[in-house]
Amino acid sequence: MAKTARMNDDTEMEIAQPLPIGSVGKAASGWWGMQCLIATEAALFAYLLFSYFYLGSQVHGPWVPELPKLKIAVPNTILLLASSFVLHWGETGIRRGKNGRLVASLVVTLLMGIVFMALQGVEWHNKPFRLGDHAYASSYFVTTGFHMMHVAVGLIVLAVLLLAAFGRRFSAERHVPVSIGALYWHFVDIVWLCVFTTFYITPYFSS
Amino acid sequence: MNTSAFSRVPAVVKEQYGSRTAERLEEIWKTEAGVGGWLSTVDHKKIGLRYLVTSFLFLVLGGVEALIMRIQLAGPDMQVLSPERYNQLFTMHGMTMIFLYALPVLSGFSNYLWPLLLGSRDMAFPRLNAFSYWVYLFSGIFLYASFFVGHTPDAGWFNYVPYAGRAYDPGLGIDIYALGMVFFGVSTTAGAINFVVTFMRTKAPGMSINRVPIIIWGTLTASVGNLFAVPAVSLAFFLLWMDRQFGTQFYQPHGGGHPLLWQHLFWFFGHPWVYAIVLPAMGIVSDGLPVFCRRPLVGYTVVALSTVLTMFIGFGVWVHHMFATGLPPISLSFFSAASMVIVIPSAVAVFAWIATIFTGRPVFKTPFYFFAGFVFLFTLGGVSGFMTAAVPLDWQLTDTYFIVAHLHYVLLGINVFPVVGGLYFWFPKFTGRLMDERLGKWNFWVMFVGFNLAFFPMHISGLLGMPRRIYTYPSGLGWEWPNLITSIGAFLFAIGVLLLVVNVVVSLKRGRVAGPNPWDAPSLEWLTPSPPPSFNFVTIPNVATRHPLWEERLDEGPERSKLHEGMLLDQGRETIGTSTLDSEPEAILKMPGDSYVPLLCSLAITWMTWAALMHWWHSLELSSVLLLLVTAVWLWPRTELGQTAEVPHG
Ligand code: HEM
Repeated sequence: MAKTARMNDDTEMEIAQPLPIGSVGKAASGWWGMQCLIATEAALFAYLLFSYFYLGSQVHGPWVPELPKLKIAVPNTILLLASSFVLHWGETGIRRGKNGRLVASLVVTLLMGIVFMALQGVEWHNKPFRLGDHAYASSYFVTTGFHMMHVAVGLIVLAVLLLAAFGRRFSAERHVPVSIGALYWHFVDIVWLCVFTTFYITPYFSS
Repeated sequence: MNTSAFSRVPAVVKEQYGSRTAERLEEIWKTEAGVGGWLSTVDHKKIGLRYLVTSFLFLVLGGVEALIMRIQLAGPDMQVLSPERYNQLFTMHGMTMIFLYALPVLSGFSNYLWPLLLGSRDMAFPRLNAFSYWVYLFSGIFLYASFFVGHTPDAGWFNYVPYAGRAYDPGLGIDIYALGMVFFGVSTTAGAINFVVTFMRTKAPGMSINRVPIIIWGTLTASVGNLFAVPAVSLAFFLLWMDRQFGTQFYQPHGGGHPLLWQHLFWFFGHPWVYAIVLPAMGIVSDGLPVFCRRPLVGYTVVALSTVLTMFIGFGVWVHHMFATGLPPISLSFFSAASMVIVIPSAVAVFAWIATIFTGRPVFKTPFYFFAGFVFLFTLGGVSGFMTAAVPLDWQLTDTYFIVAHLHYVLLGINVFPVVGGLYFWFPKFTGRLMDERLGKWNFWVMFVGFNLAFFPMHISGLLGMPRRIYTYPSGLGWEWPNLITSIGAFLFAIGVLLLVVNVVVSLKRGRVAGPNPWDAPSLEWLTPSPPPSFNFVTIPNVATRHPLWEERLDEGPERSKLHEGMLLDQGRETIGTSTLDSEPEAILKMPGDSYVPLLCSLAITWMTWAALMHWWHSLELSSVLLLLVTAVWLWPRTELGQTAEVPHG
């Protein structure tokens, strides 16, 4: 990336090389904006998980009603994490100008995301408790619900990017929207890892 | 050389305001006249003024609520208000002042001033800026709609459960507060992101981080704090709404929940928020006061560092609001210590201001009065804060008028006084005219005397045991005198605010014409004409020192800023993107033009919030789809903004 213009303190300003115009790589304001959005969203999930642990530490009697079943949750987690790699593959593709690769990866990531949501729906359905039964249930459904909302938003972002990619709007030089969208998707995946660990793994260690 | 649509060497020229080039820039940047322009503008100066005017209106609303309360409390056994009304009034007053006035007014200053102080042409995200204003306005109206639907929030501004639970507080009031706060949080978050990225990306070439004015540090710190703090309160309110409407058990002990969860989440947010509404105001003083002392601020670096440090500790002291809730003693001692430590960076700033006054040659203009008055009040508020940070004393004083006194000393002292001083200081930049000096001094003294008359006796009624949030009291407890004096002081203070309004209105028409730099101040905003043109700077300034307009006089070294020669950037709306730390040019930023999208987005969110409140689920779906569509239009990759593949041209 061109970092070029330099000031000469004494008399003249020299600008030796051309500066990129508009949104390029990490020089794009939108990329930083997304970083900030992720910071605040990460805080949101941290507070959700804090609520879970706090309520769990204060409860009289058992907290987790039954050890969570892993049969769907583990493969589903792997599926979501894998989708990040697929998307990354597409992003590195467009960095080399390969629009076809980007389109393919977006389609596959979208499908993986949709399957994740569907399986998570089955998981919700299989739970023996409902939203209002007790604080654990509330915490479980609200936290995973927040995450589902984020997946849904991520999918819409990916769909819009797919549309733009079909219209050949990205190239090796210009593809910041793809990087920004991918950043968000990776975030949604990493958050899931935290949610999953909290709700599905820690009960096995604390009982 | 290379002049493709995707990179170029910016032309460097010498140009003045009023030149042909300046006219061309005006063509590029100006907002269309008429309603269309008014609804679609993204000019940070217009948005900043809107923030200022709107937040001032909320200050007046909250003030009227306070005055009604003070009439009720002026004597024992008064019957002006029913207990229910009183509860609603102090809740709405606290909520209005804390959320709808104190931060937005500072956002107003920052929005107007940041690009001017940084030598740039707009904020990093102009449309996001317009969006955050509209959301602020609509969420404020949403919260006030509660008066018209007959269900007003009444559980205090911090809205503790179980009072705020459905069992004890049915009706829509608390739900309006809950959803309104989630809604309002969107505005704060959007604004915070915008400030952070603007700081990172758009400082003028050469304006390394050790050369930015202190108000930039204040607002930046507040914004970073908000990014981490606001989600806590949005979540707390959202969970409350879920508990009330969908039977979740977060705060319900019988369902395994816990009411203290509310308090933790609320004060995670609350304490950093207090600093967020204080630090930028302290920044106003740190930048304004030295101008009237005719010297640079003493200890720039320590003041900047203490600003950042204050917020850092601020995240560690939330528990001090909960000393009386029965937490284990160890954690109480820790948080008590942290609450005392936080006094240190504030004390550093106080010493810096005092040293600036003593080593300078003060010019006694109205802004100086307000800034110096602030330093005085800050010290006093700090002392009473220090007292309540001690756990045993806090047990004694919590929920008495001593606390009400403390919080008003802090909030009015550190927020209202600097804000009014800042208004006197920058009014000439905003409007091109100076405010009246004589009226200004009257304004100051009436406010200052009224303020102390109103709030000092509250310490006494507190020590005499008067609890806060009571709608009346019997005679014979020794509370009559302090309360009567308080009420008189409150009205005197209100007259002071009225004088301010009169001064603004009169000076708008008849004030002395200011010229670019009436105070002979050192920072970049005073380089532009008053009021500044839509594009701010004809050429992007090159900054070599902390006081670009005082270089000759201070003569601190050989470096000189280049203020009338620099990059032109005139191929559409453009400004320069620089690196974060040392501000070297990195890119030519393409800025979006005026747009209706921010307004439409905010309207969609308003609709969504109202639909959620009323349980209109179809309506909620429709509005969500609308929001998605408008957002997609907003973020669709655009060629004009250099976001898409290069189109062959020529
Ligand atoms: C004319 C100026 C003002 C007057 C006369 C005034 C008066 C009052 C009164 C009478 C109360 C209720 C005390 C109680 O019953 O417990 C109150 C509460 C409060 N005020 Fe003010 N106030 C003024 C300005 C402000 C400002 C500028 C702010 C903030 C920036 C503010 C923030 C608060 C807060 C947070 C509460 C607590 C509300 C609650 O208990 O939930 N006030 N004020």
